[in-house]
Amino acid sequence: MATLEIRDLHVSVDTENGPKQILRGVDLTIAGGQTHAIMGPNGSGKSTLAYSIAGHPKYNITSGTVTLDGEDVLDMKVDERARAGLFLAMQYPVEVPGVSVANFLRTAKTAIDGEAPKLRTWIKDVNKALGDLEMDPDFGTRNVNEGFSGGEKKRHEIVQLELLDPKIAILDETDSGLDIDALRIVSTGVNRFAEKGDKGILLITHYTRILRYITPDFVHVFVDGRVAEEGGPELAEELEANGYERFLKAGAK
Amino acid sequence: MSAAETLVATGNRAHSHGPGSPVPLQARSERPTSYDVADFPVPNGREEEWRFTPVKALKALFADEAGTETPKVDASGPDGVVFETVAADSLKVGTPQDRSAAIAWNQAGEALAVRIPVEAELTEAVHVNVASLGARGFSHLIVDAGRHSRAIVIIDHTGAGELGSNVEIVVGDGAELRVVSIQQGDHESIHLGQHDALIGRDARLHHVAVTLGGKIVRIGTNVRYAGPGGDAELLGVYFAESGQHHEHRLFVDHEAANCKSNVLYKGALAGDKARSVWIGDVLIRAAAEGTDTFELNRNLVLTDGARADSVPNLEIETGEIEGAGHASATGRFDDEQLFYLQARGIPEDEARRLVVSGFFNDIIGKIGVPEVAEHLHDVIEQKLARTAELSAAAAAATGHTAVAGQ
Repeated sequence: MATLEIRDLHVSVDTENGPKQILRGVDLTIAGGQTHAIMGPNGSGKSTLAYSIAGHPKYNITSGTVTLDGEDVLDMKVDERARAGLFLAMQYPVEVPGVSVANFLRTAKTAIDGEAPKLRTWIKDVNKALGDLEMDPDFGTRNVNEGFSGGEKKRHEIVQLELLDPKIAILDETDSGLDIDALRIVSTGVNRFAEKGDKGILLITHYTRILRYITPDFVHVFVDGRVAEEGGPELAEELEANGYERFLKAGAK
Repeated sequence: MSAAETLVATGNRAHSHGPGSPVPLQARSERPTSYDVADFPVPNGREEEWRFTPVKALKALFADEAGTETPKVDASGPDGVVFETVAADSLKVGTPQDRSAAIAWNQAGEALAVRIPVEAELTEAVHVNVASLGARGFSHLIVDAGRHSRAIVIIDHTGAGELGSNVEIVVGDGAELRVVSIQQGDHESIHLGQHDALIGRDARLHHVAVTLGGKIVRIGTNVRYAGPGGDAELLGVYFAESGQHHEHRLFVDHEAANCKSNVLYKGALAGDKARSVWIGDVLIRAAAEGTDTFELNRNLVLTDGARADSVPNLEIETGEIEGAGHASATGRFDDEQLFYLQARGIPEDEARRLVVSGFFNDIIGKIGVPEVAEHLHDVIEQKLARTAELSAAAAAATGHTAVAGQ
């Protein structure tokens, strides 16, 4: 089973006023079969962690390591990380005009597997994945994310998760902006992925709402660019009741 | 100015009409046209119609002298099509709009006429190849589609020299004509061309300019209507690489009532000093009630150092129209798109290819001539492969600099 290890990760971004430190020493281990939730207030660096692991060029890794089964992830290009088994479901999926969903999914699957999928089973797989996420098969002919509603974009991310079948999935605020039906559909998709047994999931969220549908094994509270506290699902319940107040005070000390 | 800063997005919002010329100096209809070269002084690059063009490199085609070669013209087509050589001024559907067109008109002397007989419905395309042999030459073609005929005419411009050309197109009443003009000369070639089309009553012209090769290519396409109910679809695809200048100028002159025009030009640019210019002039005269027109230009800038200029102009002399609009947008290859595709395992080169073919997808689908669409697809692939090599070389060079700087 795969293991993603993040050690003492420091990340900065370039701003007009020079580099700004966002992550200040993140330690996290996600093993296959585990679901981790990262919760934290706005601006605590949750999304930065997700994008840094995926390799977005905006983020500068100033120190620390990220390894997947011992392989240096930070040394890989963005596409190499995906082929190594990492997947990032994005908070704001990007529109790609003129590229159909069907073409995009087939191209991605071919890149991940190193060979083109068998046509007959592939079409069946795509239609099943779309059906599971309650998306019309017509989505295959539409351009990637173009004109999709917020909920459709998020469901399309989970369609990709199911089809590309990574080892470790990072879900960046997949729940934000979803109505209750869409939240249920998306959560069911994530649970279906988790039930494969050997998959690692890092669920980044601002709200506790999604944790009614997806039960994490571990909850990490993220404050000011590092993990402030760790625990089991009961920690999420405490956050539900009391919010982030206690951690913000602790962080200010 | 970086390429990103040339972004012009128009549409329905308030917008300017191109850098440097908020107000045209003259109405489009007042610009002089003439068969007499003497009416056009040698351009210095400050004229409205030449200000985007590298005129210094065009001296040979501004000299009112006989050509130093006769371009090789080969034409073939299905049974029924008539090819004949006629005097250059036998039709006069077009009038030269600038000095190079006037010189080409006079120096070509005669024209090859391609005649599609009345009511003929051609099952195969007519092919005309105009090959410049490496020196300075002129060509003149006439495409005359008889009333109620259906035909496709593909004009392929190839070769190494400097070419001045005129193409006159007549679409008879009720006829439907597709003309594809491909500009794919060698890397040092220069081509200045003018196309003039006259569309008959209830006739339809589908005109496609495909510009892929050449050092400097400048094609002007002018459309007029001989009667009501005419329809012009004017498409263009171009891809300028390092050192290439691809310029397309359109003028749709709506004088008859109830006519349509739809202009769609899309171009990609890659490499240092890759340059494209698109000028889209539409004039709706007072008599042209019921006109329906739209023009759109989109440019995709793939690398630093490229520049796209895009200037749509609309003059309207009557309010009694169906619709009139224009839009122009120049965008950069989007890093976020690249990240999204790469995050799904797709390598950078392939991601770029996916985005560019996505960009051209709709217009290639509209060309309606499979052999041209396939050829275009192949050439775009080759150009993208060269772009990828250049990017890789640039990245390697930057790497070396960084090492040297340590």
